[in-house]
Amino acid sequence: MSKYNKANDLEITDEIIKEHGFKPEEYENILTIMGRKPTYVELGIFSAMWSEHCSYKHSKPTLKKFPHKGKFVIQGPGENAGIIDTGTDLAVAFKIESHNHPSAVEPFQGAATGVGGILRDIFTMGARPVAGLDSLRFGNPESKNTQRLISGVVKGIAFYGNCMGVPTVAGETVFEDSYEDNCLVNAMTIGIVEKKKIIKAKASGLGNSVMYIGALTGRDGIHGATFASAELSEETAENRSSVQVADPFMEKLLLEATLELIDEKVMIGIQDMGAAGLTSSSTEMAYRGGVGIELDMDKVPKREKGMNAYEIMLSESQERMLLVAKKGKEKKVEKILNKWGLHASVIGKVIKKPNVIIIEKGQVVADIPVYPLTDSNHPLFPLKKQKGVKPAYLKDIDIKPEEVKVPENMELVLKKLMACPNIASKSNIWEQYDHMVQTNTVTLPGSDAAVIDVKDRDFMISTAVDCNGRYVYLDPFKGGKIAMAESARNVSCSGATPVAFTNCLNFGNPEDPEIFWQFEKAVEGMCDAATALKTPVISGNVSFYNEGPSGAIYPTPVVGMVGYITGKEKRYAKQYFKDDNDIIVLLGDNKNEIGASEYLKVIHGIIKGPVPDINMKNEIAVQKSCREGIKKGIIKSAHDTSKGGLAVALAECCITSTLHGDKAKGARIELKSNMRMDALLFGETQSRIIVTVSKENLPALKKIALANKITATQIGTVGGNRLMINVDWTSNKNPKKINVSIDELIELWSKGVNKYV
Amino acid sequence: MVKFGVVVFPGSNCDKDCLWAVKDMTGEKADFIWHESKDIMKYDVIILPGGFSYGDYLRSGAIARFSKVMDSVQEFALKKNKMVVGICNGFQILLEAGLLPGAMLMNKNLKFISKYIYLSVENNKTAFTSKCKKGQILRIPIAHGEGNYFCDDKTLNSLIKNDQIVFRYCDEHGKINDETNANGSLYNIAGIMNIKGNVMGMMPHPERAMTSKLGSVDGNLVFQSIVTHVKKYL
Repeated sequence: MSKYNKANDLEITDEIIKEHGFKPEEYENILTIMGRKPTYVELGIFSAMWSEHCSYKHSKPTLKKFPHKGKFVIQGPGENAGIIDTGTDLAVAFKIESHNHPSAVEPFQGAATGVGGILRDIFTMGARPVAGLDSLRFGNPESKNTQRLISGVVKGIAFYGNCMGVPTVAGETVFEDSYEDNCLVNAMTIGIVEKKKIIKAKASGLGNSVMYIGALTGRDGIHGATFASAELSEETAENRSSVQVADPFMEKLLLEATLELIDEKVMIGIQDMGAAGLTSSSTEMAYRGGVGIELDMDKVPKREKGMNAYEIMLSESQERMLLVAKKGKEKKVEKILNKWGLHASVIGKVIKKPNVIIIEKGQVVADIPVYPLTDSNHPLFPLKKQKGVKPAYLKDIDIKPEEVKVPENMELVLKKLMACPNIASKSNIWEQYDHMVQTNTVTLPGSDAAVIDVKDRDFMISTAVDCNGRYVYLDPFKGGKIAMAESARNVSCSGATPVAFTNCLNFGNPEDPEIFWQFEKAVEGMCDAATALKTPVISGNVSFYNEGPSGAIYPTPVVGMVGYITGKEKRYAKQYFKDDNDIIVLLGDNKNEIGASEYLKVIHGIIKGPVPDINMKNEIAVQKSCREGIKKGIIKSAHDTSKGGLAVALAECCITSTLHGDKAKGARIELKSNMRMDALLFGETQSRIIVTVSKENLPALKKIALANKITATQIGTVGGNRLMINVDWTSNKNPKKINVSIDELIELWSKGVNKYV
Repeated sequence: MVKFGVVVFPGSNCDKDCLWAVKDMTGEKADFIWHESKDIMKYDVIILPGGFSYGDYLRSGAIARFSKVMDSVQEFALKKNKMVVGICNGFQILLEAGLLPGAMLMNKNLKFISKYIYLSVENNKTAFTSKCKKGQILRIPIAHGEGNYFCDDKTLNSLIKNDQIVFRYCDEHGKINDETNANGSLYNIAGIMNIKGNVMGMMPHPERAMTSKLGSVDGNLVFQSIVTHVKKYL
């Protein structure tokens, strides 16, 4: 029994209304829509559909600003997942989604079901999932709580993704104190679909059967969507029943069965029962088709006895789907499901009246019009027109560089940074994920971007997830812009042209005007960059209420970028140095910036701005030069500078080869500059890529740089077993040196985080 | 052409990779075999691929051994003396089915491990390794949670005595010790065969090491050895 097992004619008291999270004016809307008091089931349905998680009531007006059109877009936001064209018979579907609160409460199941949910979003479009990515954020890795969370989350992702046979190919793991009470688990899946087999989550055809496939319905996860729409507190931590239980084997069967249903052309539409389960899937499918759906609760396959309509409609049991069969194809649907050891049940039908009608023991227990439940343009939909207020903390957020002492020993700084949590190797995390199944993983995890081959076609997929929450915290607009620019840069470093992106916008409580301001500004910054990059958003997810007892998380709008490597040769690059005597060239300019950097945090313990500047025109020109060089076969390696700046990026170019089983390489670098030494070596100036070319190709690279009007500076040579950085500091003629063995760098970098995992 | 049959259990997920390795990379014939099928005698080689057959929530391979197709695989291997290869989950199934001796434990570090490792070819006079040199070091990925091979002393001694150990975990220089043991397996065992030499199980995935683009071509040696053997003797 759950606390929701109550009679449907229960008197709706103020207390019950409040329990369901309604604001008084929202309940007024319900009374207007219904023309009477709602029943208990109806109240539950409204509460789930109007929860922030399902309704996007705080974010919708802001999200409309994102560019979502472009020549590659086949399906934009609003479906299970977005889809882009590849110029062949195939298309690429992808989406990212959060599972933050469930993971904070129950890391293993929370993360596992997060992966399960996003995988279903992809294959319900008819696409076979080919790659997974994860963007994870935790508090201090030294804390026992963080270690418990990492271990659970990583095991959960591995449990699900590995069993499904979908390689987890890339991701990021970031540690900041602001995530201590509210970790972030964002999972992205990419799938490939034959264009002619794309299917949508739409109901149509009056009288057509609505069918239920997959796992049985239990009482797990009741009101999960509502749970995700409140801050985490001691009480919500008690809410374990709001976290679902994962069964990846069931989902693997569902995947194969669903793709077979699509091959056999027996359905009209299909939707995953994700957040708010049967409620959202039936309502949204009806809404998209402009029809209604009638469901009979007695026909829903259940795993527990005595479940009432409320519990059935609000359950978030995993691995279930709702589909509308083509007329007369019900038996065929059943046969295909049976082949995979699964069942299919007709639980309702498509009706003309655009309502969701719920029948229990022959009685109508709920009858709600679909439009005000789900259409944000409906006048009674509780859209929030929030106004943001610039947060007070931003008043005094920039440092005066002259107050920060330049350290004497730059070599020591480099070593500290290489071992710091946000820079050190995360191999103990991603080696728990099967990242090579499907035999398409060309570039392994631990790189700027993953590269996935598409066999028998002239293209490969490159993908990366990225966000620097600290930047967004210190300057939401610039931070949002940089998240976009950097994810595109990562993809460009592999040789791919960025095509479109998905985003997972993780913020605190949007009802707080300061948080809402962060949200608006970050989105504006992202829109700015997305427009300049010509990369539309095709799918995404907003996760608000990421707050714990100690406050909100850093605003973290994670970008998942997808790009294509095209051409018969499918030329691409990896990030590490390849051959001795290759020339190292820096594309882009060094600037005198130290604000917001990892260096400032790790070495000086300062978290202050200004966030590095970003000029999109220059950014795009740098990325384009890099791609051209790779496509022409000139550039042999490419790695962008990000956390830790130029010196850390160079060190990574030397040592990340070991992840691919290649030999580490030393390098000899000569820098000429009159700027602050720490800014030059560790500042996080944007729009810079370190590339290598053979000596004879140097002029060709310079030609490309010239044509794109960017700076290309020869800074050194590959070779030896040490990283030597010599800075000719022209202002005081006192050259400074970093001279460190590659083995030592590998040692520091390999153990920094892995020792906690 | 040599005919391979790749068994598809519910939950198999390396079935397509094996089919690709045989057809596209090795140039031989291959079909999928549904787990309920009994019609397998027309094939020259059966591959039990990697994955999580029936979810493997109990113990890897523990349920798959009871599937219909496994009765036929027993006959195929024991009565017809044809070749059977189990890779990863396939190896686990062969152990559970008693076609190979021993059992799998959780990896020593209790975690799933997915990475490139090195293997030493212990015996190259087999139907599965004739294209390798003895002691040759192969670079092939592993991806498993339960790959820590175990058996009793008596079994180990007979495996050694009868040259049934095909692959052992090592480092890039061929050094075999505890440090180069990828998952804690007894005697660094990565692959073994039955005494007749027609059934082999290995934890590493040769089908993932078929092109330099994917990081290694060493997996080809296994598939080509099998093809050569079939063409020569059957």
